[in-house]
Amino acid sequence: MSKPRLGVFKFSSCDGCQLSILDAEDELLELLDRVELADFLEASSASAGAPYDVALVEGSISTEEEVERIIRIRKESKMLVALGACATSGGLQALRNWSRLGLFESAVYPEPKVARGLEKVLPISDFVAVDLELRGCPVSKAQLLQFFAATLRGAKPRFPASAVCFECKRAGNHCLVVAGGTPCLGPVTASGCGALCPSRGRGCYGCFGPSDDANLDSYTSWLSAHKVDRSTIGLLLKGANSQSPEFRRWIEKNG
Amino acid sequence: MARRVVVDTGPMARVEGEGSLSIVEKGTGVPEVKLNIFEPPRFFEAFLRGRQAEEIPDIVSRICGICPVAYQISSLNALEGLFGVEIDEQVRRLRRILYYGEWIESHALHIFMLAAPDFVGVPDAIAMAKRDPGLVRGALTLKRLGNNLISAVGGREIHPVSLKIGGIYRAPSKEALASLSPELDRLRGSVQKMVAFLSSLERPSLERESTLVCLCDPERYAIDRGEIASNRGLRLPPSSFEENFEEYQVEYSNALHSRTKGGGSYMVGPLARFNLNYDQLNPAARALAREAGLKPPLKDPFQSILVRAVEIVHALEETAREVGEYEEPVRPSVPYKAKAGTCYGVSEAPRGVLYHSYTVNGRGQVERAKIIPPTSQNQARMEDDVRLLAPRIMKSDADEARRLSEMAIRNYDPCISCATHFLRLDIRKA
Repeated sequence: MSKPRLGVFKFSSCDGCQLSILDAEDELLELLDRVELADFLEASSASAGAPYDVALVEGSISTEEEVERIIRIRKESKMLVALGACATSGGLQALRNWSRLGLFESAVYPEPKVARGLEKVLPISDFVAVDLELRGCPVSKAQLLQFFAATLRGAKPRFPASAVCFECKRAGNHCLVVAGGTPCLGPVTASGCGALCPSRGRGCYGCFGPSDDANLDSYTSWLSAHKVDRSTIGLLLKGANSQSPEFRRWIEKNG
Repeated sequence: MARRVVVDTGPMARVEGEGSLSIVEKGTGVPEVKLNIFEPPRFFEAFLRGRQAEEIPDIVSRICGICPVAYQISSLNALEGLFGVEIDEQVRRLRRILYYGEWIESHALHIFMLAAPDFVGVPDAIAMAKRDPGLVRGALTLKRLGNNLISAVGGREIHPVSLKIGGIYRAPSKEALASLSPELDRLRGSVQKMVAFLSSLERPSLERESTLVCLCDPERYAIDRGEIASNRGLRLPPSSFEENFEEYQVEYSNALHSRTKGGGSYMVGPLARFNLNYDQLNPAARALAREAGLKPPLKDPFQSILVRAVEIVHALEETAREVGEYEEPVRPSVPYKAKAGTCYGVSEAPRGVLYHSYTVNGRGQVERAKIIPPTSQNQARMEDDVRLLAPRIMKSDADEARRLSEMAIRNYDPCISCATHFLRLDIRKA
C-alpha cells in the first residue's frame, strides 16, 4: 500500500494546532515516515502539491481569498479534517462578528487597504464538507495521535464529545460549581483536555466547545439561580468556540 | 534597464504564519525589497475591549501558539502593575520556569526544524533526520523538555491554563518539578554537541550596524521583566515605550512596521539580548559562546542561530537552579482589586520585546489595548538586511538567491501570526 498523502494547511489562526503535530516529539519521525508529506508549509519547503488523501486544516475563514483556498483544498482532498477551535467553531477572531464594525474601524490605521475581509469569521464547515472535527484550543495532542493511529490503519476515528464533567469526576475532583460556586462550563463542554482547568481549581472556560448533549438553557438557568450573572456566562461562551451552533444560539438569544 | 524580479518566494516555508518576500531590480541601483505579510489580521486589540481584565491572559495567549507564555506574562506584568499586586516570590519563580520552557521549546523548534535545513541544504528536518537521525532525535528531546516544563507549571504546552492575575491557580508540588531534573541534567550535559554542530555549519555573513533593543533587568539576563534598553544608550521604563518607538503602515503588509522615533529600523531578539546582557549569561552559556567564537558586539544576523543555542544553554542552567530552589508557595495567589488606569507590561518573548498596554475602567473592563509583538518590530530591519545582501543575491543563480534571502528573513524567526493580530480590515459586505 502506498503511503497516504498528507497536507497541513493554515487559515486565520495562531499556528498552535499545527504546532501540536510538531509537539508530538516522541512520535513525529515515525509518523512522518508513514505518510507522504505533500504540503506542510510550516515544516518543509518541499511541496509536492495536490491531491491529498488527508488534509488537516487549521484556522477559520475570514477573507475571500481563504474561501477560494478552502474550496480548492476540499476538491483536492479525499478526507478533510478541521483541526481545533478556529476551524471547528470560529476561534477568538470570530468575536468580531458581534461587534459593530465601527468599533473595529476606530482601531484604524492611516491606509485602510488590507485583505478583502468577510463580514463574519466562520468555521470551515460553513463553506465545505468536513469529514472529521478535532476540538480544542489547541487540539489535544493525544486525540491528534489517536486520529493518525486510526486513519493509518484504515479505521474510522471517533471522538465522542461527552462533557468535561466525566473526565473531572474520573480525576477525583470536587465539583467547583456545587462546592464553591465557581462558574464552570464543564457540564456543557466537550471532553478531551482531561479536565485541565477544574483539576487546577479553576472553572472550565469551554475551549473544546459544546459537548454532544449540552443543554445550555437548562445549565445556564441553574447557574443564574446560583448567583452567577448572565454577563459572566456570556463572556465565558464568547471564547474560542463562539460560532459553534449551540454557543452561538445562546449568545444570540441572550445578548 | 528593465524591471527584473530577482526573488519572489511566494508563501514562505518554515516560518510561523503566512508571508512572502520579493526583491525587484528597477535599474536605479537599490532594489525594491518587500516582506509581504498577507496573513489576515485577527483584531485582538479590538475585541479585547469590554472584556474583564481577568480574562486577558487567556485571550492574548491565543495570538500566538508558539509563544503563548510571553503573551500571558506581558499582560500580567501590565495588569498586576496597575492593580498594585505583589506576587509571591516562588510564584515568580514558577513563571520564570514556564518562560524558560518556552524559550527552550521555541528556540529548539526554530534552530532544528525551521532554520538548520537551510544551512544543511535540505527542505526540512525530516530530510535532516535521514542523514543524521541522532541529531534530530536529540533536538526533539530538547524541544520536548521545553514542553514538559511548560506543562508541569502551566498544565499544557500550548495556551497553558495556570496563570492568573495575582499568581497561579495551583502551584505544582516540589516533587513534580524535581521529577524533571534528571532529564534537565542529562541535556545540560549533551548540549555542547549541539553547539558544536551548529558552529560547524557554513554560514553566510553580513556585518552591519544596527540599533539593538531589549530589556535589561539588574537581577538576571532579562526574560520575565525589565526596563527597555538599547545599544545607543537608551534606558526607559515600559510606560515610555510608545514615546520612543512608533508604528507605521506600509501598503504591502498586514503587519505594522516599527521604527525608533526620528530614526530608522531596529532589531529585537536574541542578538540584541546577547549584546546588551552578555555579562548576565550563565557561566556555562558564556563558556559555550566563547568556544563558538561569539563575543559582543555581534553584528552579523546570521549568528542568531548560534546565539539561540547559547540561550538554550542559559535557560537549561537557570531552570535547573530555579527548580532546585523551588519551594511550594505559601500564597499561590493573592487577592486584588481592579483599579482604573492605563498600564504597561513588557517581557522578552523568544523573538524579542513584547509590549502590552491596557486602559482599564472602574469596573475592571478593558477600554483600550495595544500590543506590539517582536516580529512587527523586526520587519523593517529584516528588509534592511535583505537590501544589504542584495548585491550578493543578484549575482547568484535563482535557487541560491532565494535561499540566501529566505535565510536573511529566518534569522529573525519571524512569527507572522503574532504580527498580524491587529490592523484594520477592509470589510466588504457579503
